Formats: sequence, structure tokens, C-alpha cells
Amino acid sequence: MIVPEFEYLSPQSVQEACALLIQYGANAKVLAGGSDLLVKMKDGLMKPAYLVSLKNLDSLKAIRYQKGAGVIIGARATHNEVMNNDILQAKYRSVCEAAHSMAADQIRNVGTIGGNLVNAVPSADLPPILIALDSQARIVGTSRERTIPLEDFFLGPGKTALESGEILAEIIIPDQSTTGSNYIKFGLRRAGALAVAGVASSITVSDGTCQDVRIVLGAVAPTPMRARQAEQVLRGKKISQELIDEAGRVAAVESKPINDIRGSIEYRRNLVNVLTKRSLKAAIEKGHV
Amino acid sequence: MVTAIKKGNLHVVRLVVNGEEHAALVKSNTTLLDLLREEFDYTGTKKGCELGDCGACTVLMDGKTINSCLVLAVEANGHAFTTIEGLERNGKLDRLQEEFINQAAVQCGYCSPGMILSAKALLVRNPHPSEREVREAIGGNLCRCTGYVRIVKAILAAAEANS
Repeated sequence: MIVPEFEYLSPQSVQEACALLIQYGANAKVLAGGSDLLVKMKDGLMKPAYLVSLKNLDSLKAIRYQKGAGVIIGARATHNEVMNNDILQAKYRSVCEAAHSMAADQIRNVGTIGGNLVNAVPSADLPPILIALDSQARIVGTSRERTIPLEDFFLGPGKTALESGEILAEIIIPDQSTTGSNYIKFGLRRAGALAVAGVASSITVSDGTCQDVRIVLGAVAPTPMRARQAEQVLRGKKISQELIDEAGRVAAVESKPINDIRGSIEYRRNLVNVLTKRSLKAAIEKGHV
Repeated sequence: MVTAIKKGNLHVVRLVVNGEEHAALVKSNTTLLDLLREEFDYTGTKKGCELGDCGACTVLMDGKTINSCLVLAVEANGHAFTTIEGLERNGKLDRLQEEFINQAAVQCGYCSPGMILSAKALLVRNPHPSEREVREAIGGNLCRCTGYVRIVKAILAAAEANS
């Protein structure tokens, strides 16, 4: 299999990268880890004339905590760097677990968190947990910078809020009062399998009462989706097994799965029911975010 | 990293393979796998699915496993690689290679280089892995003969030898 020919561009700054993207428009693609892009090019699904490599942009690789802002993850951080990062393990272990649930070691060493988000594949594993934790996306262009809720970043399969010449620079997980969070996926194998369905939840519990909750479903809609009705079942209520069961049922109903090679609509709804209950229980019981 | 110097349509890449410095002129679309096999003759690195699913082309990049079919040669510039040929030291096989022989963990042998390098990366970061950790570490390496039981045994035996 041959990667179709292209011109390789390696800008030295984010600004230069954005300028190249504007200059070459639809003929250019951003190259980060390449674990998705090069496969698509080999398969003949994409034939960009220019690849704008982010390889030199080390400023996009750091994972750091900034007081008042939260944990800031550079878009070029690989899945293994996310998984093994001390700050994330201490503060948002569920994000590390979600990164760990993906692909295999070889891919996790090159694939990036930014690539996982920008590809906007409905079955991606990081968006649900990051949205459940109220993450923001910092987007950089040639003339402006903007930060939007990650929830608003996804517009459809393969479609994001990125405009021409813009690059996803950082993901910010803000400080929060969340007491527990969790991501759980169901794939057909343990290694290298895409999610048939995935559910992330984050919850704030005090004195047995759910103060706040976010439930985000993956692989059962064109984009990662909040299960807002299921959240409403729990918000402000005393937590009980009955309520958790009810949230699972409601999430299954509001999910919008399709039939495809990995699972039918009915099967996926059933998975959403079960996974929502398990994710909520884990978020409540495991005692870390 | 240092950007590879451009010469017309080609890029000059310099990389270290198995401790030796190498340089080559590559096209933008040349993969590291083809560079290793066709230019440098490290044919122990196998070409399987070429899509990052099978792990036959696994090599270590700065000590970490990667699929060399999904890394561009131009992006390999400045990095250090280990292929299966680099595990032998002074004519002596690595313990992992010995245990793959002892445990007969080889059927057709096509996945062995990748399996052994994934196992090598595991044992460097975790000298005493559990069976589950071994199975997880080779999760990105497919054995088309399905001979996983002996492969896992061989890796555990090599780990045992660490103690």
C-alpha cells in the first residue's frame, strides 16, 4: 500500500501552520500522529496535496496545571502521554483510563488527543469523558484565538467547529467540584476495537444527593451527545439503585444509534442502558474523578 | 525535533538504527517501514496489513513501540530505532529471543519480530509483568497462526529470568 504523493510542510510555529492551512485550503491536511490520516490516504479516501506537520510544535505537547484555569492538555499529547501523565492521574484518572481503553500500545504512542477529537469519529473514546468533565477547546487561527465548550466542537461525523486556517491547540479541563467520573465502553474485543457504544459520566454527590451530573454517550449518535433527560432523572435527587436504573432506561431512549457492522439500533440502545448504569455506579462508588 | 533538510523533492533524513547512524534521501510519502526494509535492509521488520492493525512492522522509536507502516520516514529524522536485528548483543540473543525458541513460541514466524519488540518495550518499563499485562502489551500484535499461549509463556519466562 502506498501513501499517495504529497508535499511535506513542517512549520516552526502555530502561526506559520495556520498560515499554510489558509494558503493551501482544502488541498492541505494537518498531520499530527498520522495513525488515522495515513490509513485514510493509503485507503485512497483522502488525497491531500500538502501535509502540514505539527511535529515541530512542542508547545502543543505539554500537559500542565494552571491555577484558575485547570488542567491544560496540548493537542499533540499522545494517548500514552495522557494515560501516564501524573497530573491527570491525580486529578482526572478517568481520562487516563479512557486513553488506555483505546487501540494498542503502538497506536497510543503516536496517536494524539487532538487527532482523536478533530477526526470527529462518533465512536471516539476521549470526547465523552472530556465533555462529561466540562472541557473546553482552545482553537488558534492566524488572526484570532477562541475557546469553546468541547460539547459544541462536534458538528457531525468528521465535522467540527474548526474553520479554515484554525488548529485545535489545547483541551482545558476546568477545576470542578465533581466527586466522581467514569468512562466505560463496549467493544467487540478488548484490544484494538472501536466502541459499539461508550458512556461517560461525571457526578457531584454530597450527603447521598446528586448535586450535579453529566452523562455523555459515544457511538450512538452522529456526535458525542449529552443524555440530558437521563441527567434530569438524577439531578437534585437522593441517589438510589432505582434512580440509576431509571437513568439508564431514559438514556437508552434518548440515544440515536444507527445500524452498522458493529451493532444494531436495538443492541446499541440496550448497551446504552447497561453502560449508563455501570458508568454512574462506578462514578459514584470509585471515589475519584 | 530537527526538520529534515529538503533537496528538491527529497528529504535528507538522519536516524539511528540499532545504535548505528544512518542517512538517506527519502520521498515525502516513504514510510519508515519501507526505509528500514528497502534502504537499510533491516528485513526482520515485517510488512503485514500496512494499516496499523497487525503489528508485524513494530519497531521501537526512542524505546516506545510504533507501527513503522504508519510513520513517515521524513518524520523519523533525529530519532533512534530498534529493530529485531538490534536485540542481539555480541552474538548473544536477547533473553526474549531465547525464550521464544525454548518455548517453541513460533509457528510461521511472521509476527515474531513485532511480538518480541512489544515484549521488549514491556519488560523495560515493567520487568515483572502479570500475564494480563503481557497479553495487553501484545494487544497490537496479531499472530495469524493464533499461537498466543506459547508467546505469552515465552514472555513470562523471559520476565522470570529477570529476577
